[in-house]
Amino acid sequence: MKTVWHILIKEFLQLKRDPKLFPILFIVPVFQLMILGYAANLDVNDVPTAVCDLDRTVQSRDFLSRFPNSGYFTFESVVDRASDLDSLLDRGSAALAVVVPKGFGRDLAAGRTASAQLIADGSDSAYATRGLAYATQIAAQFSQQLLMERMSLLPQASGFGLPASGIGAEVRIWYNPELKSRNFMVPGVLGLLLMVITMMLTSLAIVKEKELGTLEQLIVTPIKPWQLILGKLTPFALIGLVEIALVLVVTVLWFGIPIKGSLALLLFLCVVFLLTTLGLGLFVSTISKTQQQAMMTASFFIMMPMVFLSGFVFPIENMPNLIRGVTYILPLRYFFVIIRGIFLKGAGWAELWDDALAMGAIGLGILALAVARFQKKIG
Amino acid sequence: MWRRLSAIARKEFRQIRRDRRTLALLLFFPAFMLILFGYALNFDFKHQTLAVCDEDQTADSRAFARAFTHTEYFDLTRTLANRRQVDHLMGRDLIRVAVIIPRNFSNALAGGRVADVQILIDGANASTAGTALGYVQAIVQDYSAGIRISALERRGIQIPAPPLDLRPRVWYNPELKSAQFLLPGLIGFILSITAVISIALSIVRERERGTMEQLVISPVSPVELILGKTLPYVLISLAATAGILLAGALLFGIVIKGSLFCLFIIVLSFLTACLGLGMLISTLADTQQVAFQISILATMLPTFLLSGIVFPIRNMPGVIRAITYAVPARYFLVALRGVILKGTGWSAYGLQILALLVFAILTMGASVLRMRRRQY
Repeated sequence: MKTVWHILIKEFLQLKRDPKLFPILFIVPVFQLMILGYAANLDVNDVPTAVCDLDRTVQSRDFLSRFPNSGYFTFESVVDRASDLDSLLDRGSAALAVVVPKGFGRDLAAGRTASAQLIADGSDSAYATRGLAYATQIAAQFSQQLLMERMSLLPQASGFGLPASGIGAEVRIWYNPELKSRNFMVPGVLGLLLMVITMMLTSLAIVKEKELGTLEQLIVTPIKPWQLILGKLTPFALIGLVEIALVLVVTVLWFGIPIKGSLALLLFLCVVFLLTTLGLGLFVSTISKTQQQAMMTASFFIMMPMVFLSGFVFPIENMPNLIRGVTYILPLRYFFVIIRGIFLKGAGWAELWDDALAMGAIGLGILALAVARFQKKIG
Repeated sequence: MWRRLSAIARKEFRQIRRDRRTLALLLFFPAFMLILFGYALNFDFKHQTLAVCDEDQTADSRAFARAFTHTEYFDLTRTLANRRQVDHLMGRDLIRVAVIIPRNFSNALAGGRVADVQILIDGANASTAGTALGYVQAIVQDYSAGIRISALERRGIQIPAPPLDLRPRVWYNPELKSAQFLLPGLIGFILSITAVISIALSIVRERERGTMEQLVISPVSPVELILGKTLPYVLISLAATAGILLAGALLFGIVIKGSLFCLFIIVLSFLTACLGLGMLISTLADTQQVAFQISILATMLPTFLLSGIVFPIRNMPGVIRAITYAVPARYFLVALRGVILKGTGWSAYGLQILALLVFAILTMGASVLRMRRRQY
């Protein structure tokens, strides 16, 4: 145990010697969470819309006014010719365009089918999909309402009255009734930040000694591999714990996102997650020859897939089977389910046990792998 | 000057070549990422998990449930006997939407009354839930209208023509393919990480190993040194970009609509901006570890979250939107989407290129000042 203690002291001294490390580890992440927490927002409102009303009748104005009234669209520009829309969409100053052709009002008044055109900028396909969905819904409501009016005007219908039959759906949204995307995204950003910071700490832990040539010195001492690893990991684990406390405080106090579940369970599972990221970082360190290699491996092979494939924004259920299989080895995948479950749903052990176990198993597995790799190197 | 510069560049190239893994990572991994992510990532709303609790158990209630499960949006994953099961299943993330049809559903319909149903949506992920809400309401509305229309038809009433024919069209990316939209984003994301890290590291490494002193006392001027050291990384990044574009064209059919020359200029100005940022970071760090940490913190999450790759900048609050102007990938992305997807000309992204160059000049100026102060 004493040996571990000495390595621990040495690591701490080394960390202390770098005065830039403190702000990097404890101040930058807090600011990043504050900024990125606001940025991560997929809500679609105030879609900048361009309008071209070639009809200029009561009906066309009624139709168009429904767009800004819905709260999803703002009229950025009104143009007289449909050809003017090209440059607006090209420059990106409008994401959606509505064109009402001549004869719209006349067709509607005559009981015929009038046409209208929607043009969406598909270069941001996610935004366009959601914008189009809202626009289609608005148009469908408009159409539905007119259809009902037309049906009630039918001579045959007046005698009977319209049938009242139908479905009355009571739709309730659980956990997040106002559908605020912040409550979902900020815990996600918290997970991303924890992953990035703790992984970049350990990924260089051993390779640095290797590159500077001090690892040989450590190897010829009577220190055992597990002692070295334990001594090297403990300071990072402590830093990680402080990090967890910091980001949780920012999430709860700054963003005001309440923890519906148990705080103790959340803290415990954060520590389990820490185990996996520290283990992954260490593993990268043992398989790399230079610090540059370790950094590239960590950022490309581990962080980047975790950022994109863990379900932070891109739904895992949309991925093809093969890639969905890959996501099962990403600890961040489980951590997202856990942290969002505890924050938003008040989920407890009964709901989260399998994710927690999977994450813990990955953590222990990768740590064991790192120690094994390290032993081989020495032998 | 050119001779000394190329000597440094050759030395750096030799050093990179010796580290096969890093070279392979820099050259081929970006294209591999595009392939992986191009297939994996999309925002399509399909096959959402649905549970039905049918307490009525009649032909009517089953027909109503089928209205949900017959769409591609919802997959029936659970049939519940008891509506209280919803709580646990939703908590475990096993179902997104639950439809509860109470006992007297078909009686109400047969009596010409309004039949009540309850629909529960997991709102944790606000954007998915919002889309689910839209589809659920559309399905219920359709089904309701169907019941009314068939009631009218039974009385022999002719249904009037549908009032509105909406023709939605999508420009630039008609099938709304995610790969199209992600390709520029991925180029920006990957380039900013590789270029900034490798440039910052290449300078700091010499300092950490003590070889920087040797270079400084040689007749190489600081400008030659920096340019010579970064030139190989700029060339590698250009090659990686070509790889990404090739993979995009072959696998996802993404054709560059604008001119290749414009594209080249855009990528080059972005790399210059990355070069400036990398240089600035190198002046802040003494060890590779610190350089790596600053680079990762400055590039990975900010590029992902603040450049508009996924999260639209126009959604952000004013202060955050102001901060995005300091993220070079933001300009790069607008210009790239312009030239690749829209095929627009200089007018659409001249400003973006200018912004990138201003960013490069500012960061390089700041790093030259700092370098003078610290002697090398």
